[in-house]
Amino acid sequence: MHTVIQALILGVLTGGVYALMASGQTIIFGVMKVVNLAQGALVIAGAYLSYSLFTSFGLDPFLSILITTPALFGVGAGLQWLFLRPLREEDRAELSLLVTFAVALGIEGVLSVTYKTTYRTIQASYADRSFSVGGYQISAVRLYAFLLSAALLGVLYLVLERTKFGRAIRATVQNPESARLLGVNARVVAAAGFGIGAATAAAAGAVYGLLYSFNSGSHYDLISRLLSIVVLGGLGSIGGSIVGALVMGVVASLVAALGPPIWSDFSFFIVLLAVLLLRPRGLFGASLRGAL
Amino acid sequence: MSRAGVLRALIFFGLLTALPFAVTEHWIVNLGVFTLIYAGLASAWNLVGGLAGYPSLGHAAFFGAGAYAEAIYFQHRGVGANGLLPFLALPVVGAGVAVLGLAVGWIAMRTRSDVFAIVTITLLFVVQTLAFNLNSLTGGSQGIGMPGAPFDVDSYERPFYLVLVLLLALSMGITWAALHSGAGLSLQAVAADEERARGIGVHVTGVKLLAFAVSVGIAGMIGAVWAYYVTFIYPQFAVDPLITIGMVLMAYLGGRGTLWGPVLGAFILVPAQQYLAYQYGATQLYLIAYAAVFLLIMLLLPRGILPSVGHLMRRRRVVTERASEEPDQDAATTGIGADGGVMVR
Repeated sequence: MHTVIQALILGVLTGGVYALMASGQTIIFGVMKVVNLAQGALVIAGAYLSYSLFTSFGLDPFLSILITTPALFGVGAGLQWLFLRPLREEDRAELSLLVTFAVALGIEGVLSVTYKTTYRTIQASYADRSFSVGGYQISAVRLYAFLLSAALLGVLYLVLERTKFGRAIRATVQNPESARLLGVNARVVAAAGFGIGAATAAAAGAVYGLLYSFNSGSHYDLISRLLSIVVLGGLGSIGGSIVGALVMGVVASLVAALGPPIWSDFSFFIVLLAVLLLRPRGLFGASLRGAL
Repeated sequence: MSRAGVLRALIFFGLLTALPFAVTEHWIVNLGVFTLIYAGLASAWNLVGGLAGYPSLGHAAFFGAGAYAEAIYFQHRGVGANGLLPFLALPVVGAGVAVLGLAVGWIAMRTRSDVFAIVTITLLFVVQTLAFNLNSLTGGSQGIGMPGAPFDVDSYERPFYLVLVLLLALSMGITWAALHSGAGLSLQAVAADEERARGIGVHVTGVKLLAFAVSVGIAGMIGAVWAYYVTFIYPQFAVDPLITIGMVLMAYLGGRGTLWGPVLGAFILVPAQQYLAYQYGATQLYLIAYAAVFLLIMLLLPRGILPSVGHLMRRRRVVTERASEEPDQDAATTGIGADGGVMVR
């Protein structure tokens, strides 16, 4: 029982970080109907940026987010403007997959040229600290990471629900045509939506660098998890992606605690297969089949 | 088949078969082997990704499955005095991978476009992780080896090359048959509008699963030949996202949904790719160069070379026709519109 609860705690904490990455992915899908295969690569880029700021200037990863999120917002908006905006409407869904895959490869290439392919971690002073609550160990880094993710998701929620810009984004998600008729500048919203998605990747990347060792190829591992999460949650639903991330986090950590650790890598795929068999549109998705 | 089509196929495969006998430089035949690997893969991918409109990003998983099946079986066995046993095993490997594809397709093809791509790319990474972790079967990151072929050193690549020509012919033959048969029409109906196709009585599920199984079966056989050729395989090269992206990119460059497009794409891109890897391989710069080429193709030629060229030629023909018979202008203009989407074969 003790192991199960310990695994549950760990799973929720990890799931929170994935929730942040996945909600960025979801916003990008929402405003553009583009599945961003570069989301994992952007997370790793964010991790490297925080790593550089930490090793060169001693800047704490949690503070470096103040620099890396605006930077990746710019990168994301720029990528959208350069590579996705020119695609024609009728084949955007299919081509955008390949274009974002190419962007992921390009980012991987740039990172491996800049940082080589040796594995890195951000070794903060509090990396090994942990709290003990009622006999359960909670690592400080994981707790901070979870709290940061929760706070950023809260900010994201406020931006989307309470600001004029957020309304423009939600309007675009619901019906791009009517949004345009009502005076929403769809191009700016699309670029900004991509930017926000990339910015969440930057924040999640800083945390990822604290929790795991990574190299330029780590994005492959990340992207398959992220995609499973958004399919589980239902493409286009932020609430769904948060629940999906928590479910995946808990399942992976339960499997790791109770079974052979290798299988926790596959648990997300097993969950994905189960979702496709039982409920192809995901937990909170509108209609996955045929609608995309 | 039109006479010009037969002639084109005969000339193409005749020249292709003659090449390793006319040229003996190893690097050229080696480049030929890799070009044929990708031409076969792109052509096979085209059956699902081009004709049926299901953009699979997971084909490298089946390439890897074929490679591992071959390597695991021959790991501790002889390849025969003439070294042909691994080639004779190809139909078995192909059938096995096709059955695997049926199972995967049955689940994955419940989804469409974006989600289908997501599921297949996830499958790719899962198979790669499996190859890394099932140590007792695959040797994990240490890789797995099979006996080298006892072929003559001077023409070592030739048998692999010829078998790959056969596999390419098989794949293109099936594509041709699919383009000119009822099953092919059904496939195109699936690509255009699956729900409506089902509504008018097309066996949607059966026809797309068949296409998927045949397509990945061919990819598996090509993987098996590759494993025998390189004799030692590692998870990161056998199940490589770059292989997936390579075949998809080539099909797009040449023109997906066409018979010759994917092959043309491979004959352009593989030499370019090998050159980039040769020039910048050590520094990982080739990844950047590859991504740049990729993005340029997507932005400049989203429909592919053959459809774009065909479109241009049709337009020119219409313009000349219009010049000669002025009054029939309206019919000529609608002619472009209706023809514009049809692909060249």
